[in-house]
This record gives sequence, structure tokens and C-alpha cells, in this order.
Amino acid sequence: MAINTSLKKVPMPAQDPLIRNHNFKEVTTGYTPEMAVEEARRCLNCKTKPCVAGCPVNVHIPEFIHLITEEKFEEAFQKITETNSLPAVCGRVCPQESQCESRCVRGKKGEAVAIGRLERFVADWHREHAAQSPPKAAANGHKVAIIGSGPSGLSCAADLAKLGYAVTIFEAFHTGGGVLVYGIPEFRLPKAIVSDEINNLRAMGVNLQTDMVIGRILSVDELLEDLNFDAVYIGSGAGLPSFMGIEGEDLIGVYSANEYLTRSNLMKAYDMEYATPIRKSRAVAVIGGGNVAMDAARTAKRLGAEKVAVVYRRSFAEMPARKEEVEHAQEEQIEFLNLENPVRIIGDERGQVKAMEVIKMKLGEPDSSGRRRPVAIPGSNYELNVDTVIVAIGTTPNPLLKKTTEGLETDRWGCIYTKDNGATSREGVFAGGDAVTGAATVILAMGAGKTAAASIDKYVRHKHPELRQAEP
Amino acid sequence: MFLIMSKRRLNDAVTMMEIEAPLIARKARAGQFIIFRLDEFGERVPLTIADSDAGRGSVTIIFQAVGKATQLLSQKEAGDFILDFVGPLGKPSDLEGYKHACVIGGGVGNAIAYPSAKELHNNGAIVDIIAGFRSKDIVILEDEMKAVCDHLYITTDDGTYGEKGFVTDKLKSLIEVGNNYDLVIAIGPVPMMKFVSKVTEQYHIKTLVSLNPIMIDGTGMCGGCRVKVGGQTRFACVDGPEFDGHEVDFDELMLRNAFYKDQEKVEYEAACRIGRGPAKATRKE
Ligand SMILES: Cc1cc2nc3c(=O)[nH]c(=O)nc-3n(C[C@H](O)[C@H](O)[C@H](O)COP(=O)(O)OP(=O)(O)OC[C@H]3O[C@@H](n4cnc5c(N)ncnc54)[C@H](O)[C@@H]3O)c2cc1C
Ligand SMILES: Cc1cc2nc3c(=O)[nH]c(=O)nc-3n(C[C@H](O)[C@H](O)[C@H](O)COP(=O)(O)OP(=O)(O)OC[C@H]3O[C@@H](n4cnc5c(N)ncnc54)[C@H](O)[C@@H]3O)c2cc1C
Ligand code: SF4
Ligand code: SF4
Ligand code: FES
Repeated sequence: MAINTSLKKVPMPAQDPLIRNHNFKEVTTGYTPEMAVEEARRCLNCKTKPCVAGCPVNVHIPEFIHLITEEKFEEAFQKITETNSLPAVCGRVCPQESQCESRCVRGKKGEAVAIGRLERFVADWHREHAAQSPPKAAANGHKVAIIGSGPSGLSCAADLAKLGYAVTIFEAFHTGGGVLVYGIPEFRLPKAIVSDEINNLRAMGVNLQTDMVIGRILSVDELLEDLNFDAVYIGSGAGLPSFMGIEGEDLIGVYSANEYLTRSNLMKAYDMEYATPIRKSRAVAVIGGGNVAMDAARTAKRLGAEKVAVVYRRSFAEMPARKEEVEHAQEEQIEFLNLENPVRIIGDERGQVKAMEVIKMKLGEPDSSGRRRPVAIPGSNYELNVDTVIVAIGTTPNPLLKKTTEGLETDRWGCIYTKDNGATSREGVFAGGDAVTGAATVILAMGAGKTAAASIDKYVRHKHPELRQAEP
Repeated sequence: MFLIMSKRRLNDAVTMMEIEAPLIARKARAGQFIIFRLDEFGERVPLTIADSDAGRGSVTIIFQAVGKATQLLSQKEAGDFILDFVGPLGKPSDLEGYKHACVIGGGVGNAIAYPSAKELHNNGAIVDIIAGFRSKDIVILEDEMKAVCDHLYITTDDGTYGEKGFVTDKLKSLIEVGNNYDLVIAIGPVPMMKFVSKVTEQYHIKTLVSLNPIMIDGTGMCGGCRVKVGGQTRFACVDGPEFDGHEVDFDELMLRNAFYKDQEKVEYEAACRIGRGPAKATRKE
């Protein structure tokens, strides 16, 4: 089939920005089969596959794209899921521009092949057309407990279930999915996709137990000793929000992004049928420059705020959020106050936020992260008229499991220490995802879950020679 | 799904329920709480574990119908189910090694104070309870409290039962007549906890209060429950809910608890219309 020589990606259909910033429906609506084939024909099927090296789970990129050109969408899906168990999620939220697509040869002159969009197309096509449940593997008689149902726990569960393990996921919240359900908003990742993935896991025999805060209701030691799990995987994420420690942070109207997004996403405050209260804001300042800040800002806009500004102490060039999300936010009339930093939050006599004092910054010398360090410009302070402040400056792992599991080592930020294979300092206990790396990405969390699944299998086989004999 | 094993109405607005939750019952300790969510559309609401029975596999909650979620829960009957019931959350109280404790409850706060009194009593401390209520018709748990203390003093604001006056008056007089308390626990409306702490500060008596900020997850991931203690921000769901009463910024807690006041009034009235009519609001704030 002839190569499509267009320098640009086939554009992604999207809702009009000024309509979508008032609803929670998905922003981009996805390729049609025709668009997918046309975009797939831009791939040169490179022998050296540079794109694959950019993907943390090494999706067989040229192979699946080639199958799209032949309209073999189901086969393309099978090809992707050989290494990636959540393509509908990754196709939507992976930072492709710094991963797979950053290595694509088509990107040297013009735009890279739209690998993420094609991955999403294939996954959505499969969901709509071939929605038969995945098969259940023959049981091998061993049990693994997984703590946390975010992407790393889910992918670890999937791989272990395929190997015949009886897998139980323990989730603290009332719904499975981790950040995929409580953090990333509906308009970027419809929750129906996450629940489909979880239903697939259930069909594979995985048991998801919600409302189970491990460390409180059961300890890691009890899982291993009393409940006879052969191994435990900790995929508990990095959910502890940081605050800035400035004056006024406890005023009414100041939220952590976690609280704001949880109320809106998991507790569906935007839906009148749900009892969840959330502030009716007029003017909102979101502090931070990552994906979390973008999501909080765009959510505030959709919840009816007239003005929403992202306050970030560096410039666009240093912003950690995905480029596409920043562009979408700008289209949706989110303002960016870059090179500005909050000094204090000011309340009225009822303890309600009425303004935030900010100071302007300029970029100085590069710091240890290699980014130019922002320094305050004395005397440049001014007051921003806002009634809501959302703090999105980062999160760290929750200390609960460390505190309740003797001998589980962490670094000074509370990240669980692991070897390359995911093993922790405790025998039989493995860990991965944000709990190990600190806040990172969906695909890295998934990759860690897969690595740990392989290590857990090896560990259990090592302890049970009878299993080794049965090895295929 | 969690079964409501039994239900008893303690007064017009306060209900006691036993919930089947064997894993929580095994672990529950005084000072800890659960979070329930009645159904898919409900809020996540924290309630103290008033009692637990590992043998029966049950956890007892005692709650006052103040808003939509507690109102709807109070309309459920034995045999019905609650969708989500998570716990035990929060730090257990450390109640070992005290000789003479005074446990003070205000209104429904008596239900929250009761397990602490019971544990102190079981640990061998002399326990005095001062149970404050607005009026005779809302007195709860009198027999239960009597069984776990050496002296039970009931006060009512209007004098219709027990002694007339506030719990702080009674506390002062007990201290004045020579009771040498080495611990005071105060649980109830925020102003009550604030004033009890003011009294005990003068006498340098260690005082624990149980804080009730607005919560969502109860595991330390939202920061919504943050309170200021000793000038530092703490998360009540994991660092508490009990704190040193002499260090808590009660005024800030009162402001923060009014976060959704206007919205909740609307929800509450709607819940009352579909329910059994408004329960008398007996909150003292
Ligand atoms: C708002 C937001 C937007 C983001 N956007 C992107 C994006 O566009 N692209 C991208 O790649 N990444 C994004 N990320 C980052 C990405 O979501 C995370 O890196 C990823 O979800 C980490 O996965 P995980 O499985 O390690 O942990 P999580 O997804 O955090 O899941 C951990 C789970 O463990 C549960 N848990 C914690 N403690 C316990 C316990 N003691 N007992 C039982 N359960 C427990 C938690 O409730 C949670 O469900 C975003 C993050 C946020 C917050
Ligand atoms: C750790 C903890 C333990 C608790 N234990 C108990 C208990 O054992 N029994 C019991 O009856 N209650 C207890 N509470 C209080 C209970 O959780 C709240 O009253 C709850 O908000 C009721 O929910 P609702 O939807 O019915 O009312 P809402 O609609 O949430 O609120 C109704 C009214 O109460 C105010 N309010 C909201 N949250 C609180 C709060 N946390 N404290 C005080 N006022 C509030 C609102 O502003 C509103 O005016 C506890 C709270 C905490 C944090
Ligand atoms: S999983 Fe992510 S990085 Fe890998 S190919 Fe898919 S979109 Fe690219
Ligand atoms: S680098 Fe680009 S063009 Fe080459 S195989 Fe990968 S996606 Fe196709
Ligand atoms: S309730 Fe969310 S951190 Fe305490």
C-alpha cells in the first residue's frame, strides 16, 4: 500500500472548545476507520523500529500499525495487547510526544505518526466490536494479593491471572482504578473504559475487593501469614498531597487537587444525581504546571467558574504537563499566569478565600533538575481576585503501608525501595508504580506492574518446585 | 454490601445500628472510625466505632441525623444493606496507664466518648463521665455509660434532667472538690471541646479531643480534613481524629466545617421531603 506522505497527522476530531468547556464528555472523539487507515499509511514500517524503544512497554508499533493499513483491527488489538494490557487508556493519556512518538522517523521532517491515536482507535474498535470476555487461565493453585487498583496493580493482576494465579486486589476506595478514576477526569478518560478493563480482569478470575484499606483492616503480614498469599504486590500510588505551607492555606475555598478532582471525578459532584458537594466558584487559581494542574483547571471551568488561571512559577518551556493538555486548556479559555508564584491567600471575615497575593518570577541558573530556577522579583507582588485556590504542586506516597509493615524500606520521600525486578526489602513483597517512583505516568506504573508479575511468578516457582516441573 | 443487623432509635434524632463487618470488628479499637456510603449517589461520611464485637462480627455506630446522608441512613431498617463501609480508620486512642480519667460527652458526642470510657475502665482507671445534653428528651446511652464508669454525672442545659448547667461547670466543680484527674477526654460540639480545653489548661490536665472535620477518603489522600494543631497542619483522618485539646485551633475547625453549609441545607431539606419528615435538628452549634 502506498505511503501517505503528508507531513501532518490526520487531525483528531474534537468537540468545539467553547462547547466542551461546559460539559464532561470526552474532548476528542476518536478516529473513524478511514482516518485510522489513512494515518497508519504514514508509517514507514522501519526495520530498526526506533519508536518501540521509546515505549516503556515496547508495544509492537510498526506491526500493529501495519495491521491497521490492512483493516485487520482485531489483529492489531491482539498485537498491542501482547505487551500492553490497557491500550484504550494509554492511547489517551500517554505522553506520546516524549515517548514513542518522540523517536518516530517521520517526526524528523513534519509530525510523527500518531501512534497514540492509532492505539486508542484500535482499542476502542475492539471494545465496540469484539467485546467477548478474555479467557480464564487454568489455576496453578497459588494466590497473590495486590494492594491498590491503579494501573500498576491492574496490569500486575492481569499478567498473574494469565499465568493461573488466584489474584485478589485490595482497594481502599469504593471503586477500582486508582488515579484513572479519581484523578484523571471523565473528559480525558471516560470512566466506562476503566470499568470495562476491570470487568475484563474479573472475567479472567481476578477478585477485586473494594473498601479495604490495607494497613488498617489487614496488614501485609496478615496477608502473607494468615491468609496464605504466596506474595504481595504493593501498587498503592503516591496519593499524599503536598501543600505550600503559605499563609491562608486552611481558608475555606482552598483545595488540594486530589480533593477537588476526587469530589468531581470519583464522587461525581458535577452530576446533580450525586449528593457530593463542591464549591461553586467564580474565579479560580490553580497552582502548579503538571497534568494534575491542567485537569483541575479544566474541571473548574466545566463546573461553571467564569475565570480560571493556572499559576506556575516557571514558563511554558519547563511545564511538565503534556503539550496537548496545555493546548486544550488554552483553547478552553484557561489563562496561564506563568513566572508567578503565590505568596499568601487572603480571606474575608467568614474565613472564605477572597484573593491570592502573587509575586512575579524570572528564570535564573539551572538547578539540579536541569531546569532554570525561578527567582522572585522583589516588589512585583499583586493581588489576584479569586474565590477558590486549588493546590496542585505534587504528591508523595502514603506512609500507611510503610508504618504498618515492619522491614519495608523507603527512601526519605517515602518511596518504597525496590530492586530492578520489583522486589522490596521484605521477602515475598514486591512493589511498583508511583509508590516506588513517586508521581510518574500510567505507562511506567503499568510497566512496573508487569515486571513485578514476572518476578513474582519466578519467586513462587522457585519456592514450589512442583510448579517448575509444570512449566510450559 | 454490609448488612444492618439491628437498629435502635435512641432519641428523636439519634440512631444506633449494628453493622455486619467481621474484618473491621476484629481490628477496631477505641478512637477509630469508619466511613460509610449508603448507595451509589451518596456521600462518604465518617462515624465513630461506638462498639464492636469480634464474636458477632459486628460494628456498632451511633449517629445523629444532621444532613442528607445521616438522614437517609436513619431511614434504613434491620435487614437492609449499606453499600460501602470502610474501616477501621484513624489512630486508636492510647488509653493505657491512666489512674483517674474524666470523660466528657456533649449530645451525640457521648456515643463517640463511650468506647474511650469503656476502654479506660477496662484498663483499670477510675472513670468519671460527665454527659451533657440540651434537654431530658435527648438523653442517650445512660445505662451503657453507667456500666463503664465509677460516677456518671448528667447535665442538661435546661435542667429537665440531672443537673442544670453546662459540662464545663460540672468539670470545674469536680476538679475544685479535689478530683485529681490525670486525663480528660472531651467529645462533642466544637465549642464544647474548646471550652473544656480552656478549663483544663488552667489546671494543667492532659486533655484529648476528637475532631470531626469534613472528610472524603479517610486515608490521607485529599487533605480535606486538615486541622491546625500546635500551629502545624495535620490530617485528622490519619494523624487523629484525637488530638491534644490544648493545641487545637478550634476556631479554624468551626469555620472549615461550614465549608458546604449553604449547599447542604438544600440537600438536607430535599432528603427530608422524600423521607419521614424533618428530624428535629438537635445539633448544639
Ligand atoms: C490528575 C492526574 C492526571 C494525570 N494525568 C496523567 C496523564 O495524562 N498521563 C499519564 O501517563 N499519567 C498521568 N497521571 C499520573 C498517573 O495517573 C499515575 O502515575 C498512575 O496512575 C500511577 O499508577 P499506580 O498504579 O502506581 O497508582 P494509583 O493510580 O495512584 O493507584 C493506587 C491505588 O492504590 C490505592 N491504595 C493506596 N493505599 C492503599 C492501601 N493502603 N490499601 C488499599 N489500597 C490502597 C489507592 O486508593 C489507589 O486506588 C496523572 C495523575 C493525576 C493525579
Ligand atoms: C472522625 C469522625 C467521627 C464522627 N463520628 C460521628 C458519630 O459517631 N456520630 C455522629 O452522629 N456524627 C459523627 N461525625 C460527624 C458526621 O460525620 C457528620 O455529621 C456528617 O457530616 C453528617 O453527614 P450528613 O450528610 O448527614 O450531613 P451533612 O450534609 O454533611 O452536614 C449537615 C450539617 O452538619 C455540618 N457538618 C458537616 N460535616 C460536619 C462535621 N464533620 N462535623 C460537624 N458538622 C458538620 C454541615 O455544615 C451541615 O450544616 C463524625 C465525624 C468525624 C470526622
Ligand atoms: S503504550 Fe504509550 S508509549 Fe507505548 S506505544 Fe502506546 S502510547 Fe506510545
Ligand atoms: S518510527 Fe515511525 S514510521 Fe518508523 S515504524 Fe515507528 S511509527 Fe512507523
Ligand atoms: S479525609 Fe482525605 S486526607 Fe483525611
